[in-house]
Amino acid sequence: MNATLKRTIEEAVLPPLVALVVALIVGDLLILAYGQAPSAVWRLLIDGTWGNAYGFGQVLYKATTLTCTGLAVAMSLRAGLFNIGAEGQLAAGGFGAGLAGLALPAGTPAFLAVPICVMAAMLCGGLVGAVPGALRAKFGAHEVIVTIMLNFIVLALLNYFVSAKLHVPETLHTPGVHAGGLPRLSNLIGVFHGSAANWTIVIVALAAVAAWWFLFKTRAGYELRAVGLQPDAAEYAGVNVGITWRNALIVSGALAGLGGINFVLGYKGYYEDGFSGGAGFLGIAVALVGRNHPLGVVIAALFFATLSQGGLAINAMVPKQIVEALQGIVIVAVATSVPEVRRILRNAVSKSGGQH
Amino acid sequence: MGALLFFAQTVRIAIPYLFAAAGGALAERAGVVSLTLEGFMLGGAFGAVLGSYYTHSAWIGLVVGVAWGLGLAAVHAVSAIRFKADQIVVGVAINLFTVGITRFFLQLAFGSSSNSPRVAGFGGDGVAGAAGFLTNPLIWMGVLVMPVVWWIVQKTTFGLRVRAVGEHPMAAASVGVPVNRVRYVAVLASGALAALGGVYLALDQHQFTDSMTAGRGFIALAAVIFGRWDPLRAGLACLLFAAAETLQIQLQAAQLIPSQFVAMIPYVLTIIAVAGVVGRSRAPAALGRTED
Repeated sequence: MNATLKRTIEEAVLPPLVALVVALIVGDLLILAYGQAPSAVWRLLIDGTWGNAYGFGQVLYKATTLTCTGLAVAMSLRAGLFNIGAEGQLAAGGFGAGLAGLALPAGTPAFLAVPICVMAAMLCGGLVGAVPGALRAKFGAHEVIVTIMLNFIVLALLNYFVSAKLHVPETLHTPGVHAGGLPRLSNLIGVFHGSAANWTIVIVALAAVAAWWFLFKTRAGYELRAVGLQPDAAEYAGVNVGITWRNALIVSGALAGLGGINFVLGYKGYYEDGFSGGAGFLGIAVALVGRNHPLGVVIAALFFATLSQGGLAINAMVPKQIVEALQGIVIVAVATSVPEVRRILRNAVSKSGGQH
Repeated sequence: MGALLFFAQTVRIAIPYLFAAAGGALAERAGVVSLTLEGFMLGGAFGAVLGSYYTHSAWIGLVVGVAWGLGLAAVHAVSAIRFKADQIVVGVAINLFTVGITRFFLQLAFGSSSNSPRVAGFGGDGVAGAAGFLTNPLIWMGVLVMPVVWWIVQKTTFGLRVRAVGEHPMAAASVGVPVNRVRYVAVLASGALAALGGVYLALDQHQFTDSMTAGRGFIALAAVIFGRWDPLRAGLACLLFAAAETLQIQLQAAQLIPSQFVAMIPYVLTIIAVAGVVGRSRAPAALGRTED
């Protein structure tokens, strides 16, 4: 195997392995503190996720949303920006899809209704992404601060719309969509019965391929990555850095917004306040573990979805919140070991290079 | 009397913001991003309830709460400073971890997924009026914390070093400032201070409830940024945000403005501030960068 490729793979795989070991040790301690046997809990976690069709369907469902938010964060990081507004963009996307589905007349054929709702989701997410994008391009406002603040603004605004204008009485959700709903996978593959996995998974898989194509096969994607690596050099080479940043955050927001259709069109058939439930923030973890590569993002999304669903599976033995703590530990451990592993590998290379 | 009540209510709401923003100002001036304030506060709140529950002493609750803040801050500091991990990623992760671990221990210690039993706080039991206000030492500490942090940052050798490592770490190192040690102290102090905000919240309500900080750490961060990273201005921003909340609570019956719009005020003001519409808000030059 060629040495550069080998190092790239080592750099990508070692930090998550370190994180897994750390999480297993802390997890063991927490499980023991709760008076349960770690091996039994871990076995239950695997059985309840990858061990049966329902659990696996739930993993796929959760991974679908996380792939979108992970792609969103990865897209921004490739441009050298950090979009931590995926949570609000995801919610806005779901709201957009729900509104579009409500506005369409019942009986609109799916080949029209679904694309309209999907575009509404991406448009709403993209609009939320455009705010930090434009402020960054125009005023140099730091996108991290703007996206954090915008999360709260968007969630409060959506909460206002739903609670004051659009809700079904006694609930915090909108009426069901008239058109644009996506069928469950269980209609096609019976064993998934009961799980929320739905056709969004196909749309999101296509989005992941499109994101890969855009980043690595198009001129705009090349420019975006160039800006992310060296904004000054890219500017010198004739790339408009401000516009690239703005566009990257719009695309990023649109990808996060797309994730909203999974819940709204594929699962419940309506927008519900608070459905995003932290999936936007987990997108940061997904992008980090997935090394900002669409394929890595999909794998990392499956991993974090397994943990989320696994929490429910083990809830009878230990509180499901243990997985939230473990997710936090995995992220800290990956973030901490990424620069360290890189340093160690680089040192190893320069040493072997010096031996002639 | 109405004005006095308004003022008292505003101070009450502002105390957790003031503690957390004091911590945030210190860490950010030293160049370390403070997305973690929310987690430090939540950890502090939970620690306070644990300590107070098992010893029936609010003071021991305070100590345990601060210990939680210090522990979480140590994780943040070691990964950000020693290992040069991305501070934003670690910050988000620490917040996530704290929500999970406090829920886990809430189940383990109290067998509840929502709240702890009632614990001892400062002052009399359920004293809501002026007496409870004046006998709570955390209120006095909270009122004084911003001037003290301002004095430390602006007038002491340590403060000079904090500012130096936040602006020009290389230059600071070249004149012998121990850059990493200054940053460790600043981050640990921010953990302890933000935790005090959580301690106040929990002991004021005499219990811990799931995710009880409810975004207050981010409001505190907004106050730091809106206050242009200056402790005194950040303190005023905390009071401003708290006054808006008080107004909203007092006007709630009248239903003049939906509460969601009042809740947005700190965030909208902060975005306007960083966009530089009225005077650019500029971050410490080395904020978020520990690689040099």
